[in-house]
Amino acid sequence: MVMMTASPFACAIEPRQPSPALALLARFAQDAPMQRVPEPSSMSDHTRLLVAVRDLRDRAAFARLFDHFAPRLKAMMLRGGLGDGVAEDVAQEVMLAVWRKAHLFDPHRAEASAWIYGIARNRRVDQFRRRPPPQPEMLEPYRDDEPDPAQILALGQEVVRLRAALAALNGDQAQMIEKAYLGELTHAEISKQSGVPIGTVKSRIRLGLERLRHELKGLREP
Amino acid sequence: MSDVMHHVPQQILWAHAAGALPYGFSVVVATHVSLCDACRAGLEAEEAVGGAVLDQLAPAALGPDLRARTLARLDDAIGEPAPPARSGIFPGPLVQALGGHPPRWRHLGGGIRQQILSADSEGSLRLLFIPPGTAVPEHGHRGLEMTQVLQGSFSDATGRFGVGDVQIADPDLDHIPTADPGQPCICLAATDAPLRFRSLLPRLLQPLFRI
Repeated sequence: MVMMTASPFACAIEPRQPSPALALLARFAQDAPMQRVPEPSSMSDHTRLLVAVRDLRDRAAFARLFDHFAPRLKAMMLRGGLGDGVAEDVAQEVMLAVWRKAHLFDPHRAEASAWIYGIARNRRVDQFRRRPPPQPEMLEPYRDDEPDPAQILALGQEVVRLRAALAALNGDQAQMIEKAYLGELTHAEISKQSGVPIGTVKSRIRLGLERLRHELKGLREP
Repeated sequence: MSDVMHHVPQQILWAHAAGALPYGFSVVVATHVSLCDACRAGLEAEEAVGGAVLDQLAPAALGPDLRARTLARLDDAIGEPAPPARSGIFPGPLVQALGGHPPRWRHLGGGIRQQILSADSEGSLRLLFIPPGTAVPEHGHRGLEMTQVLQGSFSDATGRFGVGDVQIADPDLDHIPTADPGQPCICLAATDAPLRFRSLLPRLLQPLFRI
């Protein structure tokens, strides 16, 4: 395994020192607004397309996201118990929501696929319930003045590891995780699952996201 | 908020990320996550797995004109409502569950007040107002109970719970939560089954108050 010692996703617990990149950015941020688009090469393809939708309202980028995600969103809705027509309508609604909500996307905290999954999950829950699903408050956005390519890269690398870990699972384990995320398991069924085999990757992502938040807070408070 | 001591277990964050939680629990989790950066990071990690699962799914066939119809609708001026904002001690998801109104308290006796936010076969969600030093009648649980503190604090045999903390009580726990001295304790409580009270009077009143 490759250790990224300077990244916010390095997995050993150390004193919470802001990374040099962050410290530098924060110093600049006090004087002048930074350019908002982080270095494109540090992002996954889909994340880069979503940032283009967000910042440039780029229709061609949206069309490419549609080609990848819409058929998978429909598959997700079919697995979640919706009929063919409804599943397609919901897939379309999710893609339109991606277009309209793109200004809320923050590549420091989520890859495009995770962000789109969250929207799709809410729409699926919506189909079965009168009340709209509760939405956590937005974090104070820092993407405007504090782009941090290192963070985005680190998140992307962890997601690559996560995919590899998922691919390496045996059939039963992979099926169980897929079923849970696709709406085929109840809360009781999920809470019976223990020792989830991808726990290590998940906790590393968690730790990285947590640390980033602490670093930013530390920088803001004098 | 760095002083949160009692967090949402990862298993429940997972169920929330998967959209499998009953409504009441999902409001408690979204409320807690709005107050607790550690649990927000935990939730985002679970959602990262959801994204990976979505990405690897075998694509389903789309209707031939869906792409064109979707692209044609990009200019529709339907705004997405912004996520609700915090109001005083109430985080955004709770403001959303309250329909944007301040709480409408009903008296339960002993100075305790509540507002039911939802009650159905999935369970119940309610806001509780407990005066300082007052105990909630001893009760057990048939299912799971999640209690998120929004103001003040309460204590029971398992510890002290302050603003930001969430208590997870399962069927094994019989407890007498008591508001600590100082401010009235206001909390958001969700269950997936009715509570079991030890004494007769609360039991008789239970259907009336739907707790």
